[in-house]
Amino acid sequence: MTTGDTRQGADVGAGAGTGSGSGGSWIDEALREHDHAEASQAEASRPADPGGRRVLPVADRERQVLDRIDRARRRRPRVREERITMSHGAGGKATRTLVEAVFLDAFRNEQLEPLEDAAELSMSGVRTALTTDSYVVSPLFFPGGDIGDLAINGTVNDLAVAGATPLYLSAGFILEEGFPVADLLRVTESMRDAAAAAGVRVVTGDTKVVQRGKADGCYINTAGVGLLSRDVALGVAHARPGDAIIVSGPIGDHGVTIMLARGELDIEADIVSDTAPLNGLIARLLDAVPEVRAMRDATRGGVATILNEIASAAEAGVLVREDDVPVRTEVRGACELLGIDPMYVACEGRLVAVVPGDRADVAIAALRADPLGCDAAVIGHVTDGPPGIVQLKTAFGGTRIVDLLVGDPLPRIC
Amino acid sequence: MPAMRFVDEFRDADQARALAAKIAALCEPGRQYKLMEVCGGHTHTIYKHGLEDYLPESITLVHGPGCPVCVIPMGRVDDAMHLAAREDVIMTSFGDMMRVPGSTGSFFDAKASGTDIRMVYSPLDSLKIARQNPDRQVVFMAIGFETTAPSTAMTMLRAAAEGLSNFSVFCNHVTIVPAIKAILDSPDLRLDGFIGPGHVSTVIGCRPYEFIARDYGKPVVVAGFEPLDILQSIYMLMLQLSAGRSEVENQYSRVVPWNGNMVALKAIGETMELRPYFEWRGLGFISHSALKVKEKYAAMDAERLFSVPGVRVADPKACQCGEVLKGVLKPWECKVFGTACTPETPIGTCMVSPEGACAAYYNFGRVERHRVPEAAGVSSAAAGKS
Repeated sequence: MTTGDTRQGADVGAGAGTGSGSGGSWIDEALREHDHAEASQAEASRPADPGGRRVLPVADRERQVLDRIDRARRRRPRVREERITMSHGAGGKATRTLVEAVFLDAFRNEQLEPLEDAAELSMSGVRTALTTDSYVVSPLFFPGGDIGDLAINGTVNDLAVAGATPLYLSAGFILEEGFPVADLLRVTESMRDAAAAAGVRVVTGDTKVVQRGKADGCYINTAGVGLLSRDVALGVAHARPGDAIIVSGPIGDHGVTIMLARGELDIEADIVSDTAPLNGLIARLLDAVPEVRAMRDATRGGVATILNEIASAAEAGVLVREDDVPVRTEVRGACELLGIDPMYVACEGRLVAVVPGDRADVAIAALRADPLGCDAAVIGHVTDGPPGIVQLKTAFGGTRIVDLLVGDPLPRIC
Repeated sequence: MPAMRFVDEFRDADQARALAAKIAALCEPGRQYKLMEVCGGHTHTIYKHGLEDYLPESITLVHGPGCPVCVIPMGRVDDAMHLAAREDVIMTSFGDMMRVPGSTGSFFDAKASGTDIRMVYSPLDSLKIARQNPDRQVVFMAIGFETTAPSTAMTMLRAAAEGLSNFSVFCNHVTIVPAIKAILDSPDLRLDGFIGPGHVSTVIGCRPYEFIARDYGKPVVVAGFEPLDILQSIYMLMLQLSAGRSEVENQYSRVVPWNGNMVALKAIGETMELRPYFEWRGLGFISHSALKVKEKYAAMDAERLFSVPGVRVADPKACQCGEVLKGVLKPWECKVFGTACTPETPIGTCMVSPEGACAAYYNFGRVERHRVPEAAGVSSAAAGKS
């Protein structure tokens, strides 16, 4: 091997590029972007720093780097990959980038823009909420539920957290050639039962069949409409310092159940999915505390993703105490073994609510009066700490941040 | 949260405060201490639990080269891609490796473009895939230190026992001691002591580190992976430093036998041998620092079965992974840290693996330290905290 063989990685990186046609690789482009941002920043800060070459203390230099990163993160999101990867569906950073850079960019309008779980629509003076969700969970049947009740509960919950009363759902099925009819009957029966439990009707639908190998058994899409009859103003941007952040019960049950149900890990534990309709629980909460600022159901990306959404939309800090986050011992154990943080594991029947700090006790009491909320807990607060940053006081007594998830620990969770 | 056995007792905040006070008391005024945690697993624990909050300002933890994914040079990723691109090959890999950038993208990118690369939790899963696909060659992308080499070796022995003819290994196993020696010989850095790698030591034991204490006069404490393990190891290092001792000690004795694991070492010795030299990302070529498949198992050696280009690819100019791996730079001191290089679009390997120093700092540590009062030699009670 001679040095003649040595190529610059940055020069041969074309092909993994952005398709911008500029000829350089994404690395080159990222570096150019970086240099440009740095140059303009240096320009802006020059008058304030006449000393110029003075070497700053370590802590100050670290602070400068953190500020620089903060600016980089505020730049307009752009999809750098040439193809969709599993990360784009994981609910973390890549998903957010894809949604903002592709979908929001294409469809931008005032109903879509807030990127809440459901869109608020006003039709002939009637305020309604509309949402849609697709379900590709694998396996189709798992302890505590199946793709059918997931498809009903997920859409019901997206409407409920928007403050709407869920009313009507659609159901679209994409079925693979060879899928057992008995399984389809099982799925539709649990959809029927879940709809009855949530007090909604499936009023329209669609069926498509694709060749064997072109889908994995059964995929379901549901859309739902609900009535916005309450006088509440919900949205994560409404959160402000001092607000309490509440979860309605132990987190991560669904994700860990699915992980174990796949049988790839040879771990057994007594855990079932938490899939459940939250509209009843939410009605209780809103009756008791109409001042609720925001609600989310913690699905893909887990509670950590929602905390980040709160911090960034409210331009405030969030501080959570690890000791206060309810997690079942079985779930913690499985997560410890697998090196996964329960804060990122999906739930399918857990509410995250932001309420004014002085209303937290009332909210907790209201939630605990319902069987679905009996383990509700305040896990942290919105703070005037660094905006957009979620900090965790660890059980060990240290402090760290909780960022958006990168990559996908577990695809096809719902 | 209910307490969890074997976990919570190693994360007890009261014990941590007590240790922090003892550590602070051992610091000589005006002296700076640089301790290297060799293993990326320790780096991860340190940031994930916010352990630096318990250390006085005079103790700096320097992150070492013990992150399996971080030390793989770009050329080896390209070689693996070359193998994976063959129609007759199914490549299997640990999840960590999937996002490591080669010069034309990562395994994940290749997978999205139709290359058959499958993620496995254990190398044994590769044998299952080999049995199911008798007409294709299943190549396991073997990476890691002595921690993972035994599982690769056992998988090879199992394949041989079964007479499986379509399983092979693309061997990138490396050994930790030559890398530590390279760091000790590097003029860039003055270290005071080492937090020794716990998992590697379960296999090789503690003896291989004796030269560090003997020839270089630096203390070594082999440490476990819970935050109290690491804090206790720092305390043990500080005890040695304050007494002017330099010895190898074993904090992780509940898992690490002093002489290592003979069965595991035998399995490695049966199937693999040292390479004359191997390229490490950022550290360059290091003699006798990696393993290759032995001649006896040539039929399971992907490098012998297929032609591997073996082209050397230099790291991107802006990437300072080498300096980070040697502990010369803190992650945030790298020019592109957090701006051009982030976990979602990593340029360097240190930003990829959860054990990489840059990823650990970016994901967990990007916040000002909130030191506990004990770290400054004050008790929490005196500082008005319960």
